[in-house]
Amino acid sequence: MAVVFEKPKSLLDAPLHYCPGCTHGIIHRLVAEAIDSLGIQGETIGVAPVGCAVFAYNYFDVDMIEAAHGRAPAVATGIKRANPSKVVFSYQGDGDLASIGMAETVHSAARNENITIIFVNNAIYGMTGGQMAPTSLPGQVTQTSPYGRDTSHCGWPVRVSELLATLEGPCYIERVAVNNPANVRKAGKAIKKAFENQINKKGFSFVEVISACPTNWGMTPDKALEWIDEAMIPYYPLGVYKDRTAEEEKA
Amino acid sequence: MAEKVLMKGNEAIAEAAIKAGCRHYFGYPITPQTEIAAYMAKRMPKIGGCFLQAESEIAAINMIYGCSAAGKRCMTSSSSPGISLKGEGISYLAGSDLPAVIVNVQRGGPGLGGIQPSQSDYFQATRGGGHGDYHLIVLAPATVQEMADMTGLAFDLSDKYRIPAMILADGTIGQMMEPVAMPETEPTQYEKPYALTGKGNRDHHNVITSLSLAPEELEQWNVSRYERYAVVEANEARCEEFMMEDAEICVVAFGIASRVSRNAVRAAREKGIKVGMIRPITLWPFPKEALNKAADKCKAFISVELSMGQMIEDVKLSTECRRPVSLCSRAGGMIPSPEEVLAAIEAANEQNGGNR
Repeated sequence: MAVVFEKPKSLLDAPLHYCPGCTHGIIHRLVAEAIDSLGIQGETIGVAPVGCAVFAYNYFDVDMIEAAHGRAPAVATGIKRANPSKVVFSYQGDGDLASIGMAETVHSAARNENITIIFVNNAIYGMTGGQMAPTSLPGQVTQTSPYGRDTSHCGWPVRVSELLATLEGPCYIERVAVNNPANVRKAGKAIKKAFENQINKKGFSFVEVISACPTNWGMTPDKALEWIDEAMIPYYPLGVYKDRTAEEEKA
Repeated sequence: MAEKVLMKGNEAIAEAAIKAGCRHYFGYPITPQTEIAAYMAKRMPKIGGCFLQAESEIAAINMIYGCSAAGKRCMTSSSSPGISLKGEGISYLAGSDLPAVIVNVQRGGPGLGGIQPSQSDYFQATRGGGHGDYHLIVLAPATVQEMADMTGLAFDLSDKYRIPAMILADGTIGQMMEPVAMPETEPTQYEKPYALTGKGNRDHHNVITSLSLAPEELEQWNVSRYERYAVVEANEARCEEFMMEDAEICVVAFGIASRVSRNAVRAAREKGIKVGMIRPITLWPFPKEALNKAADKCKAFISVELSMGQMIEDVKLSTECRRPVSLCSRAGGMIPSPEEVLAAIEAANEQNGGNR
């Protein structure tokens, strides 16, 4: 019988620890599929964050390192500079990348560091049990914004893709979502492109993935996917924010 | 030995690192160590190496963490406030058993402190400095020549034991110029099967992490790390003994303080006082045995430091408090004068019924 669906080679045969309805599993799969389809499993080195994906090294069958909270882009920089022929990616959440690690994020982008960053934005701190993130929406109820995020008190959520796109450095920035099959397919294409760019030495490639956290949003998995359409995407519009490869093709 | 050239201490470290096979340097400017970064910025591109100015000390040490994980000899340098920032990354290096060389050209503290020389990061260096149970191998150069020699040694010890090594210098030795002969030996190559090189044809992926949520496992990691530390303590403690054969008073001093003390010891000898000096070369492991042996015959010890008194605790511990230990120190960027040390030697001699 023909095999029509199987585990990507770049994922280990390990049960994921993520909560029911969490979309980290889908994103892991998309990353692994990109690595498989480009034939770079043996050349790839991944950097795991502090956050829900802290154990990503137990799932990806590529060389992996665990970074301190927010420091993944600096760690990835060290690995890439040590061995520029290898493919280096970091996989980070919103607290990790956009709060404690904002400096590392911005400066690796400004340097056009030839790395790939997968940024999982679910608007909440998942691992610590649902606190306000730099990307939590205005009015969003979390453990540390129990009356809803009050923008007059703690400011506004950060649109990281738009922010990074103002820099001269980065090569490619796209925001995608994984809340329905069509969006998942688009996300897969973006992630693959972000790896291809690195292989082609095009530079810093960044994919922001809008992701669901039903547990900490206090929603059913179905409702969480709907909330991405209703609340997340209006604040975080999907699309390509920067693509130097496309500009080069046009020129 | 190569021909001697006149170099600043900071430059000697940088050149010696290159001689030791270091091709990756990540750092951030801070006085009084910036010459290391400037030297690396000039040299690295010419020899196919990588100098990268990081956005912060935190980023720099994490670049080191990644670069070392990838199997390369790499170095970062800073001065006291910057080393505090690196503390997190140093703890991760130690917790992941990764080698690296970290240079601290100390200045006065705490806080922003000043830019004059100090030894007040002794506790931070010898007790680890970051969170968790760990040690660094800490080397204390006293001359520009030793800045060069100990850099190579730091890389070798760090690779051999998979423990980050720190060169604990100070602003004086960093800034002073002295003749130095660069070591000419080829760098030792160490196997690094743990390195992240891409899985390639390996049957397993390499993972570098300091995380374990199982306390039984995390305890075991700590225990086996401390077994390695015990080997280092047994084999790598180094010190210099100066005029100790018949000494009744023992001065203990490292780095720049040892140079002041050496003059004071000579002056005291001229006055007929039987005094010598033990100069710790490794601050961790501390030369406990040499100190303890000295306590068998010396009547008193004097810890000479550029701090409010930090190494004095190790002197007391090493001698098991069997003899009085006094402190002769200046802080905040001040250096004790030979006269001050001489006065401390005379006082110790007097109080302990010394021979004159």
